[in-house]
Amino acid sequence: MKTEITGKIIIVGDNIDTDQIYPGRFLALTDPKEIGSHCLCGVDENIAANFPQGGIVIGGRNFGCGSSREHAPIALLNMGASAVIADSFARIFFRNAINLGLPLIISKGISQKVKEGQTLTLNITEGTIKAEETGEVFACEQLGDQAMKILEAGGIKPLMREKFGKK
Amino acid sequence: MHALEKILAKNSGRKEVKNGEIVTAKIDFAEINDLYLQTVYSFYEMGGEKVWDSTRCAFVFDHYAPTPDIQSASNHKEMREFAEKNNLQFHFDTNCGVCHQVMPEAGVIYPGMIIVATDSHTTTHGAFGALGTGCGATDMATILMTGELWLRVPEIIEVRLEGEAPKGVYPKDVILAVLGKIRADGAVYKAIDFTGSYVENLNVAGRMVICNMAVEMGAKTAYMQPNQDVLDYVSERAVRPYEVEFTDPGYEYTESYVFDVTKLEPELACPSSVENVHTLASVVAEGEVKLNQGYIGSCTGGREEDIAIAAKILKGKHIPEYTRLIVVPASREVMLSCMEKGYIQDLMAAGATITTPGCGACLGAHEGILAPGEVCITSTNRNFPGRMGSTEALMYLASPATVAASMISGTITDPRKYL
Ligand code: SF4
Repeated sequence: MKTEITGKIIIVGDNIDTDQIYPGRFLALTDPKEIGSHCLCGVDENIAANFPQGGIVIGGRNFGCGSSREHAPIALLNMGASAVIADSFARIFFRNAINLGLPLIISKGISQKVKEGQTLTLNITEGTIKAEETGEVFACEQLGDQAMKILEAGGIKPLMREKFGKK
Repeated sequence: MHALEKILAKNSGRKEVKNGEIVTAKIDFAEINDLYLQTVYSFYEMGGEKVWDSTRCAFVFDHYAPTPDIQSASNHKEMREFAEKNNLQFHFDTNCGVCHQVMPEAGVIYPGMIIVATDSHTTTHGAFGALGTGCGATDMATILMTGELWLRVPEIIEVRLEGEAPKGVYPKDVILAVLGKIRADGAVYKAIDFTGSYVENLNVAGRMVICNMAVEMGAKTAYMQPNQDVLDYVSERAVRPYEVEFTDPGYEYTESYVFDVTKLEPELACPSSVENVHTLASVVAEGEVKLNQGYIGSCTGGREEDIAIAAKILKGKHIPEYTRLIVVPASREVMLSCMEKGYIQDLMAAGATITTPGCGACLGAHEGILAPGEVCITSTNRNFPGRMGSTEALMYLASPATVAASMISGTITDPRKYL
């Protein structure tokens, strides 16, 4: 796993629920690329098409609340997001994202401190976020051992394959 | 220890657990709904061959019941093939209803168990003294392979509900009032134990409404100590022996909230957030709210009790022209009973559209989608932007009685007028 991630950011608000990340009308889709193309369309239809590849999504409190649909992190990953940083995350979304290898980082008040389109460098192991343009550094929480173990393996799937002796 | 901790300890082979600890717990029942074909894909990607126990997992086809398009039909087909290949003892096809209603009906939910489902509203089963929690597709695939899941032992919040509800105040109003106070992220990663005299006297359906919406505060799970109503319900149905767990006297909660239910009024969660809760009286005092659609259904508001009160209010009346009322019984059992009692006939006579038991339009998949600019009052659990269709539609969450009363004039109306 990459412990340092650099990417341009987009900023969304509080309580971005999984219906806004991935609306119910697209839930029957199974192709990951197609799923990614609808990402965050409940917030703004144009986000996915213009998303900077490898970018970071910045949210407010309770990002990912609502339904347990794994389509939400699948959409974020396939839109090209490399991490999400927010004040707080909803629980099921948190598990789903970590399971798929998408780092979710808590940094209180982050959406107020950064500006749309800025480039941030996130260091997951050190727990720091650096704004490339201004040199400002913000603190963030470190992930728990269980989440780190899964992320380091590249997600829960490689971990399970190992456990079941299949490569 | 708390009853929930005892359940976690029992299922992870420990004497004791403490909050913050990570345990690997045995799962008593696992349910996959029809949005989660990804579970099957993840299962094979991880090297799965057969499910760990064919008597302890099931599919419920509820979100697309029956299928509205070729894509969802193909998804069902693949899931059916998986179920058949694994010889699953329980299978709930499109003729059954919403997962959180059909599982208790089928007796796979009982006190003291851990139920995990690919659905956030699995907190519903706290109503039965079970530990119910939702997960995503890949977590579910790991359960299907191993029968286990890692879980963090949650901190537990007490929500004490005291007193009898006044006329016109239903479990839905009570949970909306709680939600307005605790907010949409007030219980993230935590469990909520609902206690107090209101809960002790509450019937099974009412308990399910309240535990169902615990997840709207972010809760990992909800709990209510089983009462006689619950024990009567499960004793007739449970497919396995069970043991009720009890919280030790003197257990210390991380936080406690107390609500005086006797002082509550009919409530609304206004557009477009579940925590935007106001009393109905204060909303209508600011001006008439015109409605295009009323909706009674879902794992929150589609039970017999809900349809009964709607039928009582709407019997002999008619909804206005150019409005529509959609009623979706939560399950086949609910629908059959409502037909037998004449509720469905009364509602249809009043102009309601009845659709197949299942999730219906609750998540905007089909059967009652909202157009831009439309306003809907609904007994469901979420009013997020776009939840029932267009992101430019507005949704008010309310009790089934409030929905029914509001459909008489086509504007939001206090149900107490008709009780
Ligand atoms: S009825 Fe609505 S909330 Fe309940 S499981 Fe179905 S879609 Fe989800």
